[in-house]
Order: sequence, then structure tokens, then C-alpha cells
Amino acid sequence: MGRRLVLGMLGLGAAGVAFAPYLQRGLESFLGSAADKDPTGLTGLLPNGGGFRYYSVASSVPRRTAENYRLTVDGLVRHPAAYTLADLRSLPQTRVVRDVQCVTGWRVPDTPFEGVKLSHLLDAAGVRPQARAIRFTCFDGTYSESLTLTQARRDDVLVALRMQDKPVSHSHGGPVRLYVAPMYFYKSAKWLSGITVTEAVRPGYWEERGYDVDAWVGRSNGRTDTPTV
Amino acid sequence: MRVRRFSRAERWVHRTTAALMLLCIATAAALYVPQLAELVGRRHLVVTVHQWSGLLLPVPFLLGLASRAFRADLRRLNRFAPYDSRWLRAVRRREHGPQARPAGKFNAGQKIYAAWIAGATLVMLGTGLLMWFTGLTPLVWRTSATFVHDWLSLGVGIVVAGHIAMALADPEARRGMRTGWVERQWSRDHHPRWPADE
Repeated sequence: MGRRLVLGMLGLGAAGVAFAPYLQRGLESFLGSAADKDPTGLTGLLPNGGGFRYYSVASSVPRRTAENYRLTVDGLVRHPAAYTLADLRSLPQTRVVRDVQCVTGWRVPDTPFEGVKLSHLLDAAGVRPQARAIRFTCFDGTYSESLTLTQARRDDVLVALRMQDKPVSHSHGGPVRLYVAPMYFYKSAKWLSGITVTEAVRPGYWEERGYDVDAWVGRSNGRTDTPTV
Repeated sequence: MRVRRFSRAERWVHRTTAALMLLCIATAAALYVPQLAELVGRRHLVVTVHQWSGLLLPVPFLLGLASRAFRADLRRLNRFAPYDSRWLRAVRRREHGPQARPAGKFNAGQKIYAAWIAGATLVMLGTGLLMWFTGLTPLVWRTSATFVHDWLSLGVGIVVAGHIAMALADPEARRGMRTGWVERQWSRDHHPRWPADE
């Protein structure tokens, strides 16, 4: 009898895996609408409950404010620069509203990001002809990311100062984070502090640990999510 | 007057399994609950600890199979007697006492818990491995495995919390697992059919 129950659980588990795509679709739409009306936020703790999840690879992240935040641009550029928060705010701002898709499965629909186009900073720095890629570093001291130069010049790649029409908060990677609209959200590095133009792509933190370097939503990491762009 | 309930080997199986299970649950919480994730950070380290504690979870059980006492208790857990249905009925009707709730060395609730958590652990292990070694299986499997792993983890968390709450409510049962011995009177009250179960 006990053995039958063990086998029954195994059978249910296998059935769960087999029917997961159907169950998941139903639950996602149900929980998604429930989460909109849930003042307690408890539905956010349920799997696929909607909303952002906090991921950090560092043990603790220092806080940076308008006084001590700097974004450096260096590497294969003619004019290396260091931007303060005020400098970045004074540049032309672009607003992009797309879904956010995490590689672990959660998706947040229609999330506004606003900031300076990365291509604007690259143009101002004067990228040298042999440059092919960008390496991003972060003031958490650990995280890094990468893009090819072509990807970095897209109009929907931002150095974001605002998210959900508020200044980017510390736990969302503020005061300044990267936003790469067409890719899985691990490309949108939080706590951005360095932009280095390089000759070749140097894989970032998660990419050294097995994630795809070209992280197009729906066409990488073995996932079939609806593209965000 | 005391009676022997668990051998040293059995208690070590329980202790190591419990430690690994709590490690799994704690790291899972640190990966999943936003406030805890924010507090702990170190995502790569937490993932590694979670994966290895999960992979090692069945090892104490497998080593325990070398113990005769452990195998004998597994047989008892596997065998459902007619009085087990009476025990379950008494739970539904909220009847208490040894007359209403007859039980052998293990009561019906303990038998169901043991089998359920064993099956759930295997499902968690299987789906966890699918998420870990993504290259081995078709790609859609990972999303499905994640779905089952996420939802079943909620179930496991609730059931293990219930298991711990039951233990907290019964000091003599805890002493049995800690020292291996229980009061004879306690065994007569809670497990009246135990002698016949030997």
C-alpha cells in the first residue's frame, strides 16, 4: 500500500510534466488576473504568480546615490568618460514599453523603461574601428554582461534611469541599470557602473555558467517564450 | 519502563535526511522568496548548495537499507492493516484516544506521510535533474519540469512543516527519535498494536 502511494506520486509527477504546458497556461492567466487584484502580494509568492523577482549574485550590494554614482565609458574609444547621474539625466531620454521575460520563466507585461540610448553614449565616446563588442560591469562587484556592438546599437537598448515610470529602485538595480528589450532579462544588468568597448565578446557572469550569450527571447536558452520585441 | 523504538542507524538516517531536507528548503526559500533573496544574494552559491543537498537527499535512505531495523520499519510502513482505516476515520470524526485510534508501531498518518514524502522527493529529484542537466532531454521538458518542481515544492514545504508541527506537539515522540527509547505508557496510548506489529 505504501509502495503504491510512492508509485502513485511518481505517476502524478510524470503526468504533471506531460501536461504542464496546458496546466501552466491556465494557471498563468488565472494567477495573473488574481495578482492584479491582490493587495497582500501573496500571489506573487506562488509559482508563475506574476511580478518581478529579485536576483543578486553578490552577497550584498552597496547603495549608490546621485552624489557618488559614476558610469564610466572606456576601452576602445577615443573619448573615455565618466557620467554622473545628473549628466545622464540631462541627455535625451527614450521610453520603451515591452514585456520583461526572465529565463527562469516569469514574465511581466508592458513594463516601461526610460533612459539614455546606449548608442548615444557610444557615439559620444567615439568607438574605434576595431571594436566589436561591449562589456558591462556592475558596482555589486560581481556581475558582468556583454553585447555585440551591433546589438548594443539597437534603439531598444537603454541605460535606464527609470522603470515603471519611477526612478529605478535599489532592488531593481538602481540608480542605473542596463535594459536590453529583445533579450532575456539577465542581459539587463542591474547596478550598471562600467561600459567597456572591446575587440571581442567576453561572456558575462551567467554566460560563463552556461547561459546563452545571444539571449534573444524565444530563440535561446532552449526556451520558446513569445518574443518581447 | 522504557521500550526501544529506533536503532542508532535509523536515528542517523532520520537526522541526516532531515538536515539535507531543511537545507533544500532553506536554499529554495532564499532563491524564491523575494525578501529572502534580497537578504541572502549569492545566487550561484545558493543554487549549488540546493542542487547538491537535493541530490544527496536519498543517500541516507539508501545507506540505511543496510540496517535490519530500518528495513523492518520500512516493511511496517508499507503494510496497511484494517485498523489503519479506523484510525483515519477517527481523524475525520475528530475522535481521540487509543480505542478510537488503533495503531501499530506507526499510525496510518505516519504511513501515508512516509510514502508521500518518499514519492514527492523522487519527483523533486527527477524534475530537479531535468532542470539541472538541460542537455540530456528535449528542451520543452525543462519548462514542464520547472512547473512541477515549483508547485510540488509548495506541497513539500507545507507537508514537512506539518510533520515538524506534529513532532513539536509530542515531546515523547521526539525523545524516541532523539534517544531511541520511549515510555511504555506512551507506546500503549499511541501505538497499542505495536507489540503485535513486531
